[in-house]
Amino acid sequence: MRDIDLQADERARHLMMAALDGEISAAEHAELEHLLEGDPALAAEWRQLSRVKEVTKTMSMREPPQEVWEGYWMGVYRRFERGFAWILVSLGAIVVLSWGAWEGLQGLWRDQDLPTVVKGGSLVLVAGLVILVVSVVREKLVIRQSDPYKDVVR
Amino acid sequence: MGQNDAHRGMDKVSATAVVADPMTDRLLVVQAQSGDSRAFGELVTRYMRQAYFAALGLVGNHDDALDLSQEAFARAFRARQTLDPERPFYPWLYQILRRLCFNFLRNRKSRAAKLVAAGGWLADEADARAAAQSPERATERAEVRRRVQEAIATLPAHEREVLIMREFEGLRYREIAGLLGIPIGTVMSRLYAARKALAAALGGKP
Repeated sequence: MRDIDLQADERARHLMMAALDGEISAAEHAELEHLLEGDPALAAEWRQLSRVKEVTKTMSMREPPQEVWEGYWMGVYRRFERGFAWILVSLGAIVVLSWGAWEGLQGLWRDQDLPTVVKGGSLVLVAGLVILVVSVVREKLVIRQSDPYKDVVR
Repeated sequence: MGQNDAHRGMDKVSATAVVADPMTDRLLVVQAQSGDSRAFGELVTRYMRQAYFAALGLVGNHDDALDLSQEAFARAFRARQTLDPERPFYPWLYQILRRLCFNFLRNRKSRAAKLVAAGGWLADEADARAAAQSPERATERAEVRRRVQEAIATLPAHEREVLIMREFEGLRYREIAGLLGIPIGTVMSRLYAARKALAAALGGKP
């Protein structure tokens, strides 16, 4: 019985929405009229919702200045231009820093006076960094692609 | 949903929306996929207003709406190879845009407060008429607009999205359902919930 009531409520709500938005058929309109005649509470709700519609009908979203549209495409273009530039900067930085690190480590390892434990430590440091990079890249390229929730808006 | 369908019924923003030719859209997408940024620029020009107003309705202020809609186009360009040219462009772009807007809203602290504080994103045609009649009437209308704006700002994002699409973008139920990938019944239920909240905010004194 309760399910039937809920369904009837939902039907009445949908009919009211359709009527307010001009998406109601003649038969549905007659059905709504019938429901409103037989239910004063629903009729009061209908008047309330109709008033809301009257108010929102006269409103619109504010138009921005014309300059916004004139410069819009350039704004988008700048974004992917800068995105491309950042990729180049990042790649260049990785190459240069890697070279610097390699040169530094070679100098470190050639140094006869440096204790073996420090040399071993630097080797462990490099190994750790390599594992970290591989792990992050793998996550980005492989795991993320197969993540069933990656597109979920949380 | 075809592109022409997507634009039908956009009475409120019809002055700003461009009715696109789906065939040309398809050609532009193919050209953009081959690296032609001018073709993509044409798509941007074609859909920038729709994207901007969709974002404005969701985030409630000009600067963020502009930023998010432009970012959506930039991401669409980067992901253009994943778009099937046979499918309409705007619904695909809208998915990117709404994800950006929803993430933005989630990350923004005191969202409702900022939406209200940003203010002024709604214009009321009745304001000018009321002002011509009497200062009292104009004040009353401004108060109504403020209340509506505040009520919209405090709606759950999914309800606000549907209300904006229907009331301010003039989309039909079928078009909203198509863009959001939900049944028409859900569109109507969200609209009902949103309007009930607005009715409560107006307190029977619209």
